[in-house]
Amino acid sequence: MIGASRRVLALIVRYLYLMQSSWPRLLELAYWPTVQMILWGLISKFLVGQGNWLAEASGLLIAAVLLWDVLFRAQLGVALPFFEEMYSRNLGNLFVSPLRPIELILALLVISMLRTLIGVGAAAGLAILLYEYSIFDLGLPLLAFFVNLIVMGWSIGLMVVAMVLRWGLGAEGLAWAIIFAFAPLSGIYYPISTLPDWLQGIALSLPSAHVFEGMRATMQEHHFSADHFWAAVGLNVTYLGLGVGVLLLGFHIARKRGLLLQMGE
Amino acid sequence: MEHAIIVRELRKRYKHVNAVDGISFNVPSGGTCALLGGNGAGKTTTLSILLGLLLPTSGEVRILGTDVIRHRHAVLPSMNFTSPYVDLPHRLTVAQNLDVYARLYGIRRRRERLREVARTFDLDEIWQRKYGSLSAGQKTRVSLAKSLINEPRVLLMDEPTASLDPASADRVRGWLSDYQRRTGATVLLASHNMFEVERLCDDVVMLRTGRIVDRGTPASLLQRYGRSNLEEVFIDIARGDERQAEGAAR
Repeated sequence: MIGASRRVLALIVRYLYLMQSSWPRLLELAYWPTVQMILWGLISKFLVGQGNWLAEASGLLIAAVLLWDVLFRAQLGVALPFFEEMYSRNLGNLFVSPLRPIELILALLVISMLRTLIGVGAAAGLAILLYEYSIFDLGLPLLAFFVNLIVMGWSIGLMVVAMVLRWGLGAEGLAWAIIFAFAPLSGIYYPISTLPDWLQGIALSLPSAHVFEGMRATMQEHHFSADHFWAAVGLNVTYLGLGVGVLLLGFHIARKRGLLLQMGE
Repeated sequence: MEHAIIVRELRKRYKHVNAVDGISFNVPSGGTCALLGGNGAGKTTTLSILLGLLLPTSGEVRILGTDVIRHRHAVLPSMNFTSPYVDLPHRLTVAQNLDVYARLYGIRRRRERLREVARTFDLDEIWQRKYGSLSAGQKTRVSLAKSLINEPRVLLMDEPTASLDPASADRVRGWLSDYQRRTGATVLLASHNMFEVERLCDDVVMLRTGRIVDRGTPASLLQRYGRSNLEEVFIDIARGDERQAEGAAR
């Protein structure tokens, strides 16, 4: 157990060294969440000024943008550090060290958490300064939303890594694109009831749809929807298990086909 | 005699190719064995299986008494590997790279050990330089330092001096001999460099198309083929392969 945590820590240290050596990487973490937040903050301000429905829940769009970015950053936070190992052709060295695949996965999840906190934290801080909107006013429900979205991001990130392990860095584009397939179904900016009936069932099989429904309930109706929370938790447990399972299978296939020494661009 | 590496009837088959075709060999504890053969002979495939990076189709591999195919994590802390085809993160400094691997291998008194490898491999001048900015020779030194950071009892090397100038290659061979003399480690290396094999190894396994075609000490191979150096033996074996192919074509 001590050995395992020491190896997980070693990979986290490796990633912190990388961040420390490259300020553009650090800047990139906060750049997109901040740009998105500024853009949607201005749109929100405009709509509120129009006496629109949104006036009842000012900050709804900003909250949605910040929470969506938790999901996006969490997924990238798993995939990109793994790609770094592939770019530097370091996988062979890592896999002949005592590091176990499950420890690599754990390290990726911790790194993802750090990246997400830095990126979304900076944007959330700016939202307070620019729009006097604090997402932290959501209180404890924010923690519930955050945890559910980050876990869903991890699950998708692990599956992306499994695909890249199988098909090489040619499949790298998936890391950037795949999450957007979930956006229309997650009801980030509109209620799930807006979707056609047949899509609503599919949407509700995603933890993110429950999180954003829960967010609207908290902000507009001022109550925390335990139903949506537990539905998201249940789905996340399933998806995370699937993500870990698919990636472990990916490592097994890579060992069978000799892909670990050939990985690179 | 105790064997650090035992390989039995090892096979690796990809769709239509036998990359390794039923090879068996042992390396005694403290011995240095070379896998010698042309491109596609099965050297790297064999090393990859021994490291647990590749699953064989069938066969058995035991390192330090452990079944590597099933329980590789039990023996990996006592092994290490170096290859010019596997890199270290370019954006990390030499110190950072070695620190990460010292942590991964759970080295006690890490800082002391890092200072020791820095001294042994003359890394002090490049200690704070990024790995990606180093010359091929410097990278090889760092890579070798990484491979010895845990003082492995079994060291696997894939072409350890490839792309090095003769002087640098000679230093690497010197370090390797010193390490082995000091620790009694077992070394298995795959190489194209016959001079290196003659200087370092006490046992040579000649591979061709995934099979062992000959085996012995460098001296016994030279005698058997009536040649003055291993390069000529290697060419004899490679030409034998060509003659075999021509015969099959006729």
